[in-house]
Amino acid sequence: MKTTNINFIGNRKYALIFSGVLMIISIASLAVRGLQMGIDFTGGTLIEVGYQQSADLNVLRNTLDTEGFSDATVQNFGTAKDVLIRLKPHEGVSSVDLSTKVLEAINKNTKEPASVRRVEFVGPQVGDDLAEDGFLALLYSTIGILIYIAWRFEWKFSTGAVIATLHDVVVTLGFFSVLGLEFDLTVLAAVLALIGYSLNDTIVVYDRIRENFRLLRNKSTEEIMNISVNVTLSRTIMTSLTVILVLISLFFLGGEVIHNFSVVLLFGVFFGTYSSIFIASPMALILGISPEDLMIPVKEGADIDHRP
Amino acid sequence: MQNHFPLWKNLLILVVFVVGIIYSLPNLYGDDPSVQVSSTQTTLISQIQANQIESDIKSVGLAIKAFEFNDGRVLARFKNTDDQLKAADLLRDKMGSNYTVALNLAPTTPPWLRALGADAMYLGLDLRGGVHFLLEVDMNAAAKQAEERYTDDVRLALRSAKLRYQAVTKDGGFIKVTLKALEDKPAVLALLDKDFRTLEITEPEAQDQVWLKVSEKETLEIKKFAVAQNMTTLRNRVNELGVAEPVIQQQGENRIVVQLPGVQDTTRAKEILGTTATLEYRLVDVEHDVQQAVAGHPPVGSRLYYERNGNPILLDRRVIVTGDQIVDASSGVDQDGRPSVNISLNGVGAAKMAKTTQVSVGKPMAVVFIEYKVDTKIINGEKVRHKEKVEKVINVATIQGVFSKRFQTTGLDSPQEARNLSLLLRAGALAAPVDIVEERTVGPSLGQDNIDKGMLSFVVGFVLVVLFMAGYYKLFGMIANFALAFNVVIVVAILSMLQATLTLPGIAGIILTVGMSVDANVLIFERIKEEIGIGNTPQAAIFIGYDKAFATILDSHFTNLVVAVVLFAYGTGSVKGFAVTLIIGILSSMFTAITGTRMVINWYYGNRRVEKLSI
Repeated sequence: MKTTNINFIGNRKYALIFSGVLMIISIASLAVRGLQMGIDFTGGTLIEVGYQQSADLNVLRNTLDTEGFSDATVQNFGTAKDVLIRLKPHEGVSSVDLSTKVLEAINKNTKEPASVRRVEFVGPQVGDDLAEDGFLALLYSTIGILIYIAWRFEWKFSTGAVIATLHDVVVTLGFFSVLGLEFDLTVLAAVLALIGYSLNDTIVVYDRIRENFRLLRNKSTEEIMNISVNVTLSRTIMTSLTVILVLISLFFLGGEVIHNFSVVLLFGVFFGTYSSIFIASPMALILGISPEDLMIPVKEGADIDHRP
Repeated sequence: MQNHFPLWKNLLILVVFVVGIIYSLPNLYGDDPSVQVSSTQTTLISQIQANQIESDIKSVGLAIKAFEFNDGRVLARFKNTDDQLKAADLLRDKMGSNYTVALNLAPTTPPWLRALGADAMYLGLDLRGGVHFLLEVDMNAAAKQAEERYTDDVRLALRSAKLRYQAVTKDGGFIKVTLKALEDKPAVLALLDKDFRTLEITEPEAQDQVWLKVSEKETLEIKKFAVAQNMTTLRNRVNELGVAEPVIQQQGENRIVVQLPGVQDTTRAKEILGTTATLEYRLVDVEHDVQQAVAGHPPVGSRLYYERNGNPILLDRRVIVTGDQIVDASSGVDQDGRPSVNISLNGVGAAKMAKTTQVSVGKPMAVVFIEYKVDTKIINGEKVRHKEKVEKVINVATIQGVFSKRFQTTGLDSPQEARNLSLLLRAGALAAPVDIVEERTVGPSLGQDNIDKGMLSFVVGFVLVVLFMAGYYKLFGMIANFALAFNVVIVVAILSMLQATLTLPGIAGIILTVGMSVDANVLIFERIKEEIGIGNTPQAAIFIGYDKAFATILDSHFTNLVVAVVLFAYGTGSVKGFAVTLIIGILSSMFTAITGTRMVINWYYGNRRVEKLSI
C-alpha cells in the first residue's frame, strides 16, 4: 500500500456530521427502545433444551401457557432443534424449583423428552450487582484511560481519545438497541474489549502526530495531523483486517453463545477504525491542540504563561 | 553490527520458547473418563479393598484402561463415558455410604510432564459441563437469631442472679429489659456489664429500663461466622455428592460460590446442598449390655447407635443439648498442649448442660451427628431416590466436672481430628438460612460443543491471519506468523501454569489475541517500509523501524492493558476468564512480536549485505 494523501482533517466537517447523526440516532434509540437486557442483568430464568428432531414451538408455548408459565418466551436458538425458554423473575415462587417445574411441564406434551443443554437462573439482586459492576467497569476504564493518556500525551489528546472511544461505544450500543439484540455479560465484556481496541488504534495515530509535531516544525497543525493519519493509514487498516478475520471466524463458527460477542466486536472494530481516523484527531484539533502542547517543555515560555 | 542480538538474549528467547512448549504440552493430551473412590471416614482405603474394587469392576465385564491406587484413593480410568457411568453406578451400590464415588476426567498427561508440574488448563463449567450455584447467606436472619439468643440469655442470667424484672423483649434492634424495682438497676447493670461484654448498654429516658444492643463488632463476628458455618456445611455436603473437583468459595461479604463440575442432576445437587444437619448431646448408657441391643433387645430408656468406626454404643433416649443451642465451636489446644475443641452454648443449652453434668460427673457423654441424606439406589434396574435420616456418634468423652456455657472436649487423637470435630459441630449448629440466587447449568453435550466450536474458530481464524500476513508481508509476514504461534504457545503455557480457568469467552479472548497481536508486527513492518521509502538502507531500516515502533507499541498496548485489567477486576465468572486471556495475550504478544521476530530477522539478515528486504 502506498502512502496516501487524503485530506481527512480538512474534510472533518462531513465526518463530524455523519457521526453526530449516528450518535443522535443511537441515543434516541437507547432512550426510547432501550437495550434488550439479558437475564444476567434483569434476573430471570433461561433454559436451553435440545431435541433430536425439530421442535414444535407452538406446542411448547401452549403447554407452558396452560401450566401457568404465561410469561415464558420460547424461541429457537441456532438450529430448529434447539429451543430457548426465558422466564421473568417470579415473585414468590421458589426460583430454585422453577427450572425443574418448567422442564417437567414441557416434557408433558412432546414425544421425546428434552435434553437440557443449559439452565441459567439469576436472582434479581445478583442481576443488579452485575449491572452495577458492569457500569463501574466502564466508568473506571474510561477514567484510567483519561489519566494514562493525559500523562503520556496531553489532556486535549486524552479528551479526544475518550470522546472517540465513547462515540464507538454509544454507536455500538445504539446498533444493539436498534436491532434489538440481547445485551448480556459476554456482550458487555466485548464492549470493554472494544474500548481497548479502539483506543489502541487512536493511540497509534496520536503517537505519530506527537512525533511529527516535534519533527515537522514548519507545517500547520492541520497539515501535520493529515500527514500522520495518512502514514499510519495502512497500519490502521491492516490491523483492523486481521482482527476482522478472526472475528468473522468467531461469528460463523463460534456458536450461538459467542454470536453477539463477535457482533459487537465486528461492528465496534469497524467504527473504532473509523473513529481513530475521522474523529479522534479532529477532536483534539477542535479542543485546540497545537505543537506547543507537546514540545519538550521550554522553561521560559511556561513562565510567561503563568505570569499574572 | 546493528542487527545482532547478544548471546544471552537469544538464549533467553529460546529458553522461554522451550519452557512455553513444555508447559503447554499437557493440553494436547486428552482426558480419561474415570471413577474416583475415596473414603469419607478417617480410615483410608486399603490395598485389599482396592483390589476388591478392581475385581468388582472386571467381574461385570467392564474394561479398565488403567487402575491407580494412591494415598488411599482409587482411580479407575475407562475408555468411554458409558463404561465410566456403569462402573460408578456399580461402585456406589457396592461401596455404601462410607465411600465417595465420584466421576472424574483424569488427565492423561505423561508422568515426566507431571513431574515438572505441568498440567492442562483448568476448563470452566461452560466447557466441561456442570453446575454453578451462587448462594446468599441471609445475614438479617443470622443477626436476628443472635438477638433472640441474647434475649434468652439475658433473661436466664437475670433469673439465676435472682434479679427481678418485668420483661425482657426484643424490639427495634434493642433488647429491652424492664425492671420491677428501680433499686435493682445498679445490680442489673453490673451483671450485664460483667456477663455480656459483646452487648452495648444504653439507658433510655424511662428510668426502669435498660436497653442492650449487639455491638458492631459482635454483629460482624456473627455474620462472619454465619458464612463460615455455611461453607463448612456445604463442603461436607458436596463431599457426599461425589464431585471430583468442587469449588466452594466465599464471594463478597455474604455470598458463596459452589461449582460442581460434571454434575448434571441439579435437582439432586440442590436437594443435597439444602439438606439440614443437626446434632445432639446424649449421655452414654453404661449400665446395659451393648451386645444385647445389637442382637435386637435394646433397653427401654436407651437407643442403639454406631460410632464412626462402626462400634455399637448405647445412648440415653433423653437429649441434653441440640445443635441449635451451640453458639460456637472451635479447635485449639488445652493448657497441656493436647488438641481440644472449645464449645459455647447459649443460655438454654447452658442451663440444661449444667443440670445434667451436676449429676453425671465421671460418666461418658456422646455427640450424635444427624443428617438427612438423599440417596439414590438402583432397585430392579431403576434409580430410586429416597431421603434417609443418618445418625452417627462422632465423639464420646467423659464428663470431668460440672460445666454449662463453655466447655472443652479433649482426648482427641490429633489436631486434625479436633478440627474435624469442630467443623462437624459447626455444621450441625443452627445455620443462617441460605438462598440460591444464581444457578448456571451447562449440559455435557453443550460443553463439548463449546470446546469444538471454540477450537474450530480458533484454527480457522489463525490460518486466515497467517495466510494474510504471509501474503502481504512475505518473508517478514512468515516471521510474524512464527511469533504469532509462539505467542499462542506462551498464552496457553501461562494459563496452564496459573491453572487459570479457561472459559468459552476465554477461548474467544485467545482468538481475539491472535488477531490483535500481529498489530505490533504490522506497526514495525510499516515503519520499516517507511524507512526504506525515505532512502534508508535495509539494515538501517530494520533497526530504526523496530526502534521507532517500540514506543508506539508500548503506549497502545498499555492502554489496552488498562481496560483488560479493569475488566478482570469487575468481571465475574466467564468474563473474568476472557479478561485473563486478554491480559496474558497482550503482554506476551509484546514479547513475541518485538523480541521474537527480531531474533529471527537478525539471524536471517544480520551481519551481511542486504540489497532488498522481503517485506
